[in-house]
Formats: sequence, C-alpha cells, structure tokens
Amino acid sequence: MNSDKITKIVLFSVSFIILIIAGGMVFSLVGGAIPSFKTFGLGFITSSQWDPTEGKENYGALPFIAGTLITSFAALIISFPLSFATSLFLGEYFRNTRVAKVLGTMVDLLAGIPSIVYGLWGFYVLRPFLIDIGFENQGFGVFTSSLVLAIMIIPYATSLSNEIISMVPNDLKEAAYSLGSTRYEVIRHVTIPAARSGIFAGYILAFGRALGETMAVTMLIGNANRIPDSLFSTGNTMASVIANQFGEADGLKLSALISIGLLLFLITGIVNGIGKLIIKKMS
Amino acid sequence: MKSIITVLVLAVLFSACQNSAKKKTANEKVSLTAAGATFPLPYYNLVFKNYTESKGTLVTYGGIGSGGGIRSLTDKVVDFGATDAFLDDKQLAEMPAPVVHIPTCLGAVVIAYNLPGVDELKLSNELLEKIFLGEITKWNDAQIAANNAGVTLPAKDILFVHRSDGSGTTHIFSDYMTKISTKWAEKVGTGKSLNWPVGMGAKGNPGVVGTISQTEGAIGYVGSEFAFSQKIQMAKVQNSKGEYVLPTIASVSAAAKGNIPDDTRIMLTNSNDPDSYPISGFTWIILYKEQSYNGRSLAQAEETVKLLDWLVSAEAQTEAANVNYAPLTEDAAAKAKAILRSITYDGKAILN
Repeated sequence: MNSDKITKIVLFSVSFIILIIAGGMVFSLVGGAIPSFKTFGLGFITSSQWDPTEGKENYGALPFIAGTLITSFAALIISFPLSFATSLFLGEYFRNTRVAKVLGTMVDLLAGIPSIVYGLWGFYVLRPFLIDIGFENQGFGVFTSSLVLAIMIIPYATSLSNEIISMVPNDLKEAAYSLGSTRYEVIRHVTIPAARSGIFAGYILAFGRALGETMAVTMLIGNANRIPDSLFSTGNTMASVIANQFGEADGLKLSALISIGLLLFLITGIVNGIGKLIIKKMS
Repeated sequence: MKSIITVLVLAVLFSACQNSAKKKTANEKVSLTAAGATFPLPYYNLVFKNYTESKGTLVTYGGIGSGGGIRSLTDKVVDFGATDAFLDDKQLAEMPAPVVHIPTCLGAVVIAYNLPGVDELKLSNELLEKIFLGEITKWNDAQIAANNAGVTLPAKDILFVHRSDGSGTTHIFSDYMTKISTKWAEKVGTGKSLNWPVGMGAKGNPGVVGTISQTEGAIGYVGSEFAFSQKIQMAKVQNSKGEYVLPTIASVSAAAKGNIPDDTRIMLTNSNDPDSYPISGFTWIILYKEQSYNGRSLAQAEETVKLLDWLVSAEAQTEAANVNYAPLTEDAAAKAKAILRSITYDGKAILN
C-alpha cells in the first residue's frame, strides 16, 4: 500500500469517528428526551411551569429558553461596540504595531480565562459595584449576567473580525485613498463591506459561545425559574438549570433536563445555520 | 540498547508483581465501601478515618447524594448506603430485599440572614410562611416588628436565597414548612427541589451562605453542618411549644427526645420537645437485613455491622459535636443498636 492510500484511509476513519460521536450525542439526547415530550408534548417548549414537587411534576422549558436568548442577545449588544472598535483598532488603524500586539495578546488572554473566574469576579467585584453605584438593588439577574457574558465573548468576536479586517487587500484600500478618501471613508466604504461576512461570522461564533455558557451565568443570574420581566429581574438559562439540577434528578425530571439539552443543541444549530446562510448571501 | 530496555521492563514488572503479592498477604482484613448523602460526609470522613486507624478496617465513603446512596444499595455495589430522607413504605417495597435504617446523628436547617445591627431575630411560624411565600417583602414590615420588639429593622427589601440544586437540606426545610403552613403545603409542598414562589437560587450550602453574606437584607436556609462553621447570623425559630429556639448542638439533639418508632423512620421536624430546634432531622445509614447476598463473606458482613455498632456508640457520637453534628439521644442510640442486632447472615444474628 502506498503512503497516499494509507493517509486517505486514516483521515477517512478519523473523520468518521467524529461523525459517529456527533450522531451518538444526538441519538442519546433524543432518546433521553422522549419521555418528557411524550408527557408534555410540544407544550414543553411553550409552558412556563417548572414544578419538580413529587406528585404534581410539571415541566416547561420556556423560562430557560427565554433566559438564554435574552442574556445572549443582551451580551451581544453590549459587547458589539467594544469588540468592533477593538478589531478595527487591531486590524486597521494600528496594524502590526507594538501596541496592537500587546492589545491583541490581552484580548486572546480573555478567551483563556476559565469561566468560573469570570463568575467569581462578577459575584465579588462587579455585583457589589453595581449595587454601590445604585444601578441595581441586589445585583443578581439578567443585566449582571449579560455584562459578564459580554466581556467573555469579546475575544471570540474580536479575533475573527480582526483577522478578516487585516486580510482586506491593500490594493483596494490604496485605490480608495488615491481617490482622496479619508481614513474613515476607507473603513466605512471599503474595509467593512469587504470584510462583512467574516465579521458577521465572528459574532455568530460569539453568540454561540454565549448561548452555552454555564458557570459564570449560574453564579449571577439568580436561578429563579421564571421568565425575566425586565433586564434587572432574575431568571435562569438552559445550561445553568441543567448544571444545577442534574445531580439529584431522576425519572421525568431527568428527561426534562435532557430535553432542555436537546433544545439548546437545536437552538445553537439553528443560530449557526442562519449565520452560515447570511454569510453566504453577503459574500 | 534493545536488550537493556527489555531487562528494565522485566525488572519493573517483576518488582510490581512482588509488591502486589506482599500487599495481598498484609491486607487480609476486609475493606468496606459505602456511598450516599453529602450532608453527613464530614462526620463520616472523620469517624471512619478514626475507625480505620484504631481497628484496621478500611472504610471508603463516597458523598454522591442520598438518591445515589439508595441506588447504590439497590444495585448492591456498596456494603451500606446513606440517606437524609428515610425510604417510605413504597420505596422499601421496591428494594430487592428488606432494608433497615440506622440513624447516625442529627442535623438541622438554620435560617440565616444578613441584617447588620440586628443580632437577634425571632421568626414565628406565621412569619416564616409569609416571608418565604413572598407575602412580606420589606424587613420593616409591621408584622416582623411586632414579633421583635426593641429591634430596629431597616427598610430593605427581603431577598430569599434558596438552593438552586436538588438537596436533602431543601427536603428537611420544606418538610417543616409543609407541617406548619397549610398554604405552603398547597402552593409549594415538600421535596428536594421545589417550585419556588419567590427568591433566587444559589448552588450548594456555600453558595447560599456566600450570597447571603454578600447581600444586605438576604435571608435563606442553610444546613447546620455548614452554617455552624460560618460566622453568620441565625434566626430563632418558634417550635411547636411556642418557644423561640436558636439552633445549637443541644437544641438539635433535643428534637430526638420523645417518641421515636422502633424502625427510627421519622421526620423529626416540628418536634414536641420544648427545648428542641424545630427544623432538625436524623440522617441514616441503610443496609440489607440479610447480609448474605452477592457472595459476601461472613467476615465482610461482621465488619459492616461492627462498624455501625461502633458508629452509634458513645465513643463515635462524642466526635459528632466536634464537626457540628448533634449526637443521637440515648433512646435513639439504643433503638439503633437493637436494629443492628436484628441483622442476620444466613438467618443467624451477627451481633448478640
């Protein structure tokens, strides 16, 4: 057998393993979710009841779906100005300078901090600060979690956008400069349109990360199983209810938690799908 | 080169074989495995370690939760299990063989709060109901003030902190609330995790205490084994005789005075003793009444029962208070010993 064939077989079998793992995950999630969907039907998704008391067990995922989507969207909105400005700074204005290298490393460092550390910082530093300045009453809830999430997703959005922005061909930009454009005009009319799809992909990635974040959020959101009625009210997210309740869960409750896992999987999949579609249209 | 490696590998293998062979002869004594509730974990860790040191029997205890303890015993993968909630008649019937309960110590659930300057807080049953159902939302509410003459209460919002994870602590707390309040029984009920009407959740006893001590105006329930080791304000709770009692080792132990059934399966919340702290309860070790199963040896069975007999003896019980658990009353310990003497191997009693 020649080396080419061997390489082919190895690569094929390894990627096949990944396919099997992903398929197995979906299979076991669906299998575990069946009892709760059988009991509650599609009402599981639209019901806001979460009653684990024996004898009157009743589960609905809406509070957690709402909590997850609200915190993640809010985090995306809060992080957008920060990460977009940073990626322009790194990829356009100060490209290849020492300042940019230091700043770039710092941003990448943010991605390396374990999420429990973000949670601790949020709990012991950010929350008391928000109470002190009178912004919040008790400091737990959607707003505090979104704020911490926003900081956590900055590196994901920044790195990719930065990479794409710095890859915009110089010829294009120089052409615009030669026509008398200012720097702002070049960014506005050349860099951003050229890098649009890549920047968007960065935010999709960041959003996906926010959807699945568990530890930092569970320490700050208040873990109250209700649909948040304002930015400052407490709530719960899909990942955090699973992490919290999994330990002592069995029977129908376990199935309900697995169903939430399945829904989270689907939502992340849908978000990625929509993202890919939009990227395709843009480029 | 190759031969050197071969020699080395052989040498390592040989010495490894010798090692394990030596271990086997030195370790003829049986070792016991157990798993279950996390609530008594620090106590069990301490006394089992002492037992291993003095008697030589190795005891391994895994804190995997009461549910896990029951499952492990059902699957017969442990010598005994541990649980904070006794098996009800239905659960007992579902076990593969008759199971007995041995109470090992008492614990309590304290009501912790954070109100700077308020050193004593008396909470009647009515106040507990209204605060935890969200009917009273401010600390300076007239109803709280009426019960706490001479105490200045701030105009702060009440923040109820409960557990976000399933827990035996929540079970004892909600069992008490269900006993004292029909409204609570209707709206919330008893369980390891509940449909909370108000408040926010935090993970584990440390999470609840952390949140309370970080938030002025917070109130919540915490397992005594953890709360007693923390500097945190605790409320006096009204027991069934109308007395306001602070949770202490003595007042928790007092909850076990009075009528304990012979099989010791009883929730001690809202005890009749005038000195008792009302949110108290036993924690149990569970094991099969017939110890000859799955090919277990007589030595294994003997060691299991001897260990438990020692665990309810005065020697081990005095250790309990050192790690913030309340020791068994003499009556409860006597009943535990009687149960242990009913345990058999091939139909013959193991202890006499």
